[in-house]
Amino acid sequence: MNSKTLPYLLLAPATIFLVVFFLWPFLQIAWLAFTTDGGFTMQHFQTMASNWKFWPTFWNTIILAAIVVPLQLVMALAMAQVVAKLKSTRNTILYIFTIPLGLSDLAAGIIWLAIFEQSGFLNSMLVGLGIVEKPILFLGYQNLWVIFIAVILAELWRATAIVMVILVSGMGLIPKEYYEAAEVFGAGPWKRFVKVTLPMLKPSMQTALILRTIAAFEVFAVVVALGGTTLPVLVGETFNWQFALNDRNVAAAFALVILVISIAATLVFLRVLRTPKGATL
Amino acid sequence: MKRTLKTLAIAVLAVGLAASTANAQVLFWSNQAVPVEETQKMREQVLKAFPGGVDFQPQEPGPFITRIQAETEAGTGAIGVVGGLYGDLANFADSWVDLSDIDLSGVNASPAFMELGKFGTSEQKFLPWMQANYVMAANKQALQYLPEGADINDLTYDQVIAWTKNLAEQTGSPKFGFPAGPKGLKHRFFQGFLLPAFTGSEVTKFRSAEAEQAWGKFKELWQYTNPASTNYDFMQEPLLTGDVWVAFDHIARLSEAFNQKPDDFVAFPAPSGPKGRAFMPVLAGIAVPKSAPDVAKSKELIKYMMQPEQQVATLLATNFFPTTDAALPAELPASARALGPAVQAMTSSPNALPALLPVGLGDKAGQFNQVYIDAFERIVLANQDVRQVLDQQAETLRQLMVTTGAPCWLPDAPSEGPCPVE
Amino acid sequence: MSGTVATADRPRAVSDIGAAGKFLFWAGVVLLCAWVLVPIYLLAVNTLSSPQEVTAFPKTGVPSFDMGSIQFFLSFEGVLKALWNSVLVAVLTMILSIAIGAPAGYALSRFEFPGKATFRMLVLMTRAFPLPLLALPIAVMFIRVGLDDTPIGLALVHTTLAIPFAVLITFSIFSGIPLELEEAAWTLGCNRLQAFQRVVLPLVLPGITASAIFAFTISWNEVFAASVLTVQNRTLTAFLLQSLSVSPLHLRFAGGAALVIPALIFIFAVRKYMFAMWGIANR
Repeated sequence: MNSKTLPYLLLAPATIFLVVFFLWPFLQIAWLAFTTDGGFTMQHFQTMASNWKFWPTFWNTIILAAIVVPLQLVMALAMAQVVAKLKSTRNTILYIFTIPLGLSDLAAGIIWLAIFEQSGFLNSMLVGLGIVEKPILFLGYQNLWVIFIAVILAELWRATAIVMVILVSGMGLIPKEYYEAAEVFGAGPWKRFVKVTLPMLKPSMQTALILRTIAAFEVFAVVVALGGTTLPVLVGETFNWQFALNDRNVAAAFALVILVISIAATLVFLRVLRTPKGATL
Repeated sequence: MKRTLKTLAIAVLAVGLAASTANAQVLFWSNQAVPVEETQKMREQVLKAFPGGVDFQPQEPGPFITRIQAETEAGTGAIGVVGGLYGDLANFADSWVDLSDIDLSGVNASPAFMELGKFGTSEQKFLPWMQANYVMAANKQALQYLPEGADINDLTYDQVIAWTKNLAEQTGSPKFGFPAGPKGLKHRFFQGFLLPAFTGSEVTKFRSAEAEQAWGKFKELWQYTNPASTNYDFMQEPLLTGDVWVAFDHIARLSEAFNQKPDDFVAFPAPSGPKGRAFMPVLAGIAVPKSAPDVAKSKELIKYMMQPEQQVATLLATNFFPTTDAALPAELPASARALGPAVQAMTSSPNALPALLPVGLGDKAGQFNQVYIDAFERIVLANQDVRQVLDQQAETLRQLMVTTGAPCWLPDAPSEGPCPVE
Repeated sequence: MSGTVATADRPRAVSDIGAAGKFLFWAGVVLLCAWVLVPIYLLAVNTLSSPQEVTAFPKTGVPSFDMGSIQFFLSFEGVLKALWNSVLVAVLTMILSIAIGAPAGYALSRFEFPGKATFRMLVLMTRAFPLPLLALPIAVMFIRVGLDDTPIGLALVHTTLAIPFAVLITFSIFSGIPLELEEAAWTLGCNRLQAFQRVVLPLVLPGITASAIFAFTISWNEVFAASVLTVQNRTLTAFLLQSLSVSPLHLRFAGGAALVIPALIFIFAVRKYMFAMWGIANR
């Protein structure tokens, strides 16, 4: 096979797929954000940005992602390291760590609401142990930061496994000799981690961070379950404009905002976690 | 191993590509009776006897709307009958088949609702399927905290505020609950209950001094409201868990509390304000989309749903009351027995002030609701200046009225041209 | 590359790091496992409790094994058919996304060619746009083309969601497999495809497994497109999941648990492939 056309042949199925099932519908929707009855206008973006809820929504989404994703990376690295060091119990522990993958975010929202609500498990435990007398209202709209923390915990629980699975699949390829060589040179476990594991995991980390951050910008079901109407996020507002307010143009504008910040984050990760082509052995 | 995997993969692909079998059932696409138990009852008790069978598929709002839009745009579809709230059907008023030729002899549907079913045109766009209302419910433990001389079936907003104040102070935490969650029906409360009770109007007096007073009263009430209310979509759960002792909500969203613990709760009418006891009914309708595969069959299903047996069965399944004069059976579930009389007391009270559902807003009904939701979130939750918010929201409301050209409806006085916002 | 090493210089293995280190390590493992398992346990508790217990306070954390909620779902008409549809669509998604995505991941890691960055961007953009907005044009397209209400139609949409995972994960794995391995196979007489099958494929199996897990769970848990694009051949999520959020509390947990279990079974079945070739990278 010709070496020049081979890559294009390999890419062809995926490209056709994405063009037909994503790009074409996407262009139809993106079109809506910039037009009214066929004429070009920025009116919808203006409507979107001048809405009193827009900036809180925007920053809520960004801040949530900015806090959750780094925490998840640290936790996933820890979990991956743990799994790497295990021998006989590895399959079981790995399975346990990946259980949250099977849950939809709606189910995760239901579970964490059952933990945090006024008559929920956390309050039951606190009251049962005598730590507090009456149940604490965690999810009241006045304690926005408590709701934030609850959402962060729920998202940490739900989605860290995604990062972990990607890292674990990349860890198996780090040659043992590297670690052995590092040990010969006197590197302790932490140094081996930083100097051998992390650099070799760069491609996997890049993939995991990009995919996870994009998903974090689209957080929705857990926020709605725990925060109700007090923690608006971009996807929630998109749906509100599309379905409740019946304004598909402004909804498309919101969706484009999500797309733009996702692309921005992707470009950052692509640059920061770049592995030069010749650097793999 | 590889070979078995390969054959398995091919087999799966083959099954997946096989065309689905054609089905003679009518597809009933609804956003009502979505809770799983209600769906089960609809299928087993209401729709089972329809000749040819019915495929009842309840949806959340997003997929509900998207599928209807897709079929309208594509020109053909699988949906036979659509069931939804008045406002949902108004969104697609042009897509519904004229139902005037359905034989409704033997069925006396409420004339007011039949009129609403025309969406201001001469065609019968939908038939009234079922109706509901909003009332208040209280845990019996809360009754001892009622203020002196208050009659629970005839409360004023001031009395409710005093009551919830007593509750909060003497039980140590706020015990009033309000469905301020994302799926809560809070906008109907503001449109049909709070504002008309103080201003006598739904639209025209939106930014009047009386409206300011109304919002002030609600802010007072909010002090004694459980702050988790912004998470509550259905008040039956907080009532059952005891987080809330007094609540306001749609009767179908209070029913579970009465069904599980009938002896613990009472239902009573919404409070009255200076201008009367305002209330807004909920109306669900059934329509036939123009893209339906078999319009004649769909019309048969609609006729079937209007018959007295099905109207009563619907009540038992969904806690929504008939829109016809179907006779109610003696054996009703606990929720219907408690909530029915409360609705009756409210709608027939001497100072009853019915506020109608918005008419003529078409697909802007959602934006109309958002005006009131935003007013609530800004004034009550975000504590913004009442006068400023009312003026800004009134501006949005005014533009909406002008764009849609909708004339005023009850309780506002009729208008020439778009309903003005003073 | 690895010559003999004197025993005195033998590197310390994990087991030599001392009792304190070991204790910390295992404490960490237990903590992490508890963190993951406790909420699942609470889900199980509420699933197996009676409606009164679910709304009671304080909650005991011990279920009464009331099977009422579970029975309701087992007797819910159409559940089995919906379950079958979900499995069918998820398996189709898995097969398609890997068959389409893995070659692309290979191409991205091995070759430099114009359009590479554009392709990567296209793949990522797919995940960055909310699917519910795209559902409308896709549904119109499907109705017109005749793919409406078919498992394969829905699988095609889910594949679109899963392809980014398949492409990027296999890309990161392929990037870690040195080209020298393939070149060695070429010099030994294999052509490109054989070298790929015999040398690279076993090494990339963890990546394929990860992609398979994601494809399966993404398809399994997807609600919106399933609700719009299927009417008679509904998947379990379209059939149940959306009704759950407005259903009574006790049923919500049972429904959520019922939805989770098949996905958990699938991950259990493939778990060892995530680490299949551990240590094989020793050359």
